[in-house]
Amino acid sequence: MSSLLLSLTVGTFVGGVAAYLGTLMLSRKMALVAGPLGHLTLPGIALALVYGFDISLGAFPFVILGIVLIWLFELKTKLPMEALTAVIFASGVAIAFLFLPIGQAEAALVGDISTVSLLDSIISVVLMALVFLTIMKIYPTMTLVNVSEDLAKSQGINVKKYNFLYLLLIAIVVALGVKVVGSLLTAALVAIPACSTRNLSRNMIQYVFGAIVFGVVSSFSGILLSEFSGFPAGPLIILVNAVIFLTSTTLKR
Amino acid sequence: MKDDLVLRVKELNVEMEGETVINNLSFELKKGDAVTIIGPNGAGKTVLLKTLLGLLPYKGEISWKENIRIGYVPQRLPFIKDIPLSVKDFLRLKKPSEKELEETLNSVGFKQNLLDKKTGDLSSGQFQRLLIAWSLIKDPQVLLFDEPTTGIDIEGEETVYRLLERLKESRELTVLLVTHDLSVVYTFSNNVICLNRQPVCQGLPQEVLTPKNLEKLYGEEVKYYRHKH
Repeated sequence: MSSLLLSLTVGTFVGGVAAYLGTLMLSRKMALVAGPLGHLTLPGIALALVYGFDISLGAFPFVILGIVLIWLFELKTKLPMEALTAVIFASGVAIAFLFLPIGQAEAALVGDISTVSLLDSIISVVLMALVFLTIMKIYPTMTLVNVSEDLAKSQGINVKKYNFLYLLLIAIVVALGVKVVGSLLTAALVAIPACSTRNLSRNMIQYVFGAIVFGVVSSFSGILLSEFSGFPAGPLIILVNAVIFLTSTTLKR
Repeated sequence: MKDDLVLRVKELNVEMEGETVINNLSFELKKGDAVTIIGPNGAGKTVLLKTLLGLLPYKGEISWKENIRIGYVPQRLPFIKDIPLSVKDFLRLKKPSEKELEETLNSVGFKQNLLDKKTGDLSSGQFQRLLIAWSLIKDPQVLLFDEPTTGIDIEGEETVYRLLERLKESRELTVLLVTHDLSVVYTFSNNVICLNRQPVCQGLPQEVLTPKNLEKLYGEEVKYYRHKH
């Protein structure tokens, strides 16, 4: 199978699912959390590049570590979560630059989907399908939690359990996202489609459907553009997203 | 618990961040009661409702009648404006059947043309109705109603309190209502609890809402109380 087909498949799956998850994160004003978490994957990516294993595999434990640390520090210091993410992600980037092989820094920072192997692709697609189904299952409940935790609790919903599942989904999406667009741009992969669709939607279905379409279209066209232009796919995907966003702003209802 | 008793609260104490917010409150709710809770801002009224719902830790006793179904109308939902939810989308989060959804919307007087409207675009009166509709899904026996501090718009032919009265009758609800409107206390409730972190007065509105008690409850500023006829 040609490598373009593989990267298109992985890219569109990751782009679509990241956008879907992004709608939940935007509803909670957490869209940017994927940013720090993406940055935090850098040491893991560096390790993966040095020892030659899969980037997402290296990234995943660091995202989990980041989420646990942010959660612990919040409990301990009562500082706002966004301030803590700043502390955590800067430390991650700093550590990474101590031993990130500088020749491969670009792949870590803006991603490199062009060399994805068949096995990688299968694993990514299966994971994304699982994440997609899980999001679908928890979406109504998470939306209620986003509207009001009190209202959710008064319905007997175990908010902590759902929050944990939600963070786990973010971790998986970020770990796979860094492979497509790199650690610098993962936040955009999650946030921009949701922002674009919110400009245009009046109800849940439009909001979700729009995000997924924008996520898929931007990843697909970004990777295609990369094939013809020779620029890396990651930044092109994000730029397509930015154009969609700008267009949606002019059409805002 | 006696048959007609819906809720018993005994020596309830709630602390938040080391500060006592509710101090030694006891009261009972009987089937069909309409009890209002009044008090100044920060008196612990909303905290009381949340505690009764099991959302906050407390000391003392809160016993609900077994298997009772409680509906909750929160004061406001500030984050809902950030989410593109239509009226239908929002109510569906509580998983009603289509029939129940339609009946509930009818019973709060929602017109068909509002169903697809974004919740963030509703007027405050419409939004209040939406929250009441939310609380009515799954057929509650008790309604805990937290009135917004800004008060409720008077709109259309039926005020929210008339609506509450009508729902109370038709659905045989027991209602616990936090309000800022003393006239509502007289017209709606058979019992009132004056709360300022600790109970200041409790009983029939006509009997306990004396100028002296109201002054004790609110300080010097209250000018509205009912004159004896």
